[in-house]
Amino acid sequence: MIKVEGLTKRYARHVAVKNISFEVSQGEIVGFLGKNGAGKTTTMRVLTCFLPPTAGKASVAGFDVLEQSLEVKKRIGYLPETPPLYPEMEISTYLTFVAKLKGIPAGEIKKRVDEVCERTAIADVKNTIIGKLSKGYRQRVGLAQAIIHNPPVLILDEPTSGLDPEQQREARHLIASLSGDHTIILSTHILSEVEQSCSKVIIINNGEIVASDTVANLHHRRRATESVRIEVSGAPASQVKQCLEKVAGVASVESRESRDGLEAFEVHSLENYSVRPELARAIVQSGWNLTELRTVGESLEEIFLELTKSETSASKDKDKEEEVVAQ
Amino acid sequence: MRNVFTICAKELKSYFTSPIAYLLMALFGLIFGYFFFSATVFFVNQGLRAQLGGQQQPMSINDYVISPLLGNASVVGLFLIPLISMRLFAEEKRTGTIELLMTSPISDWEIILGKWLGAMSMYLCVLAVSALNVALLFAWGRPDWRPILTGYLGLILQGGTVLAIGTFISTTTKNQIIAGAATFSVCLLLWVLSWVSSYNDAGWAQAVAYCSILTHFEPFSKGIIDTKDLVFYVSAIFLALFLTSRSLESLRWRA
Repeated sequence: MIKVEGLTKRYARHVAVKNISFEVSQGEIVGFLGKNGAGKTTTMRVLTCFLPPTAGKASVAGFDVLEQSLEVKKRIGYLPETPPLYPEMEISTYLTFVAKLKGIPAGEIKKRVDEVCERTAIADVKNTIIGKLSKGYRQRVGLAQAIIHNPPVLILDEPTSGLDPEQQREARHLIASLSGDHTIILSTHILSEVEQSCSKVIIINNGEIVASDTVANLHHRRRATESVRIEVSGAPASQVKQCLEKVAGVASVESRESRDGLEAFEVHSLENYSVRPELARAIVQSGWNLTELRTVGESLEEIFLELTKSETSASKDKDKEEEVVAQ
Repeated sequence: MRNVFTICAKELKSYFTSPIAYLLMALFGLIFGYFFFSATVFFVNQGLRAQLGGQQQPMSINDYVISPLLGNASVVGLFLIPLISMRLFAEEKRTGTIELLMTSPISDWEIILGKWLGAMSMYLCVLAVSALNVALLFAWGRPDWRPILTGYLGLILQGGTVLAIGTFISTTTKNQIIAGAATFSVCLLLWVLSWVSSYNDAGWAQAVAYCSILTHFEPFSKGIIDTKDLVFYVSAIFLALFLTSRSLESLRWRA
């Protein structure tokens, strides 16, 4: 559905996106992950035909963004970082205006406007002036605007930024509900959001793709060894530690905090061992109380930080400068 | 064409949802009304004096009232039009709504034409206020309607030119005030260009004076439609809108 090949975008003084390539197939929700100034917005702007690429190719539904931009624009719904709203208009007037711009036949406009208002839960404030809306409502109007012509591709630039947790959850639900008939690219720097709503993640750093995989694979990739957190009560720390070290597959055991008779440990396994069942058994058989046992670390956040770290330290000063320019 | 109309309607509506439309119409009504009042008072006094002096030839209300009035209106227009055009693109760039327009399946030309026509409609509403005064002349006199028509045609063409220039300037900045001030300066310059020919007869001075938008208006106010003036206005409008489209495109490249 979306195909990007060797895309480069150079601004006057710096390169925002360097030679990136990726593909998104129909019906996928792809999370675009990266720090501020990493090149997320630039890539999205190229895909929506707002900016032409400096080099490389990008196509949406088989149409080139440069050569057949009109066809591409017809098939894309775009929510920029700040929703493009006219504060002096009422929601319904605004959506009608957008519907006309997107080329919806005059007879269907009213129906479509009502539909998207219903879908984004703004029907009850339809006749309010946009300037008076709260941030959460504005974001929803922005989303309504993006889906009004029922485009096969949705490009959402930080759809949940600036929303409170409740609204974020609603927005995620809404996006998830759209996933069936739409191919969606959304950018964010909230990692849990990607884990919850995206089938695929593209991590971008300094204009380059550092990882592009499914969420599960990303986790899997780094899980050859296991780290387990254990809390035990009713036993001296040293004894527990000795006991745990004897379990097959355990590489090391570290004592963590102890309070109220609870002793916490972190256990690291050898490669390709799953040690959790054995650990549980060892503790229970010794007659102690096992109060907690869970895998730790390797959250998407850590993967993300690790992937984007190595290069930042190498060219830190240059990055800072670039980020400033990019903003 | 439908897109042009959509944008034009949206522009016109947004003028009327903000105070700017009413402010402009009121200001223009006030200034034009003042000119109208002084011109008719002068005309009536002159007429009385001529009658008492036994002059047989009737005075033309077109020459004494309407032609100078329309000339004044064209100068007032230069001051008011930047207020109409300044927000066209500057506002969209500031609020980011330009991204909506430029990622919708419409061409740059449709956006530009729509916006320019929207501003033109606003300008026509402002001009319509002056029609009230002119209607009074018809109620109590018998002015020739043809020079009035050509005069308004001249006002529309001149306004269209200034609006097109203002549209272009509005694409170059995010700041309405800067767009307005720059347009105003350009208007002022285009007005005073004609003054050079009053003290210099050289060829270059003639050429400079030719570029003044006001010199081309005068024939219209006298009831003359000269092709050279028509060509001047139409090509100026086209050039300014062409520059606008270039400027809009360069937005994409420079970002």
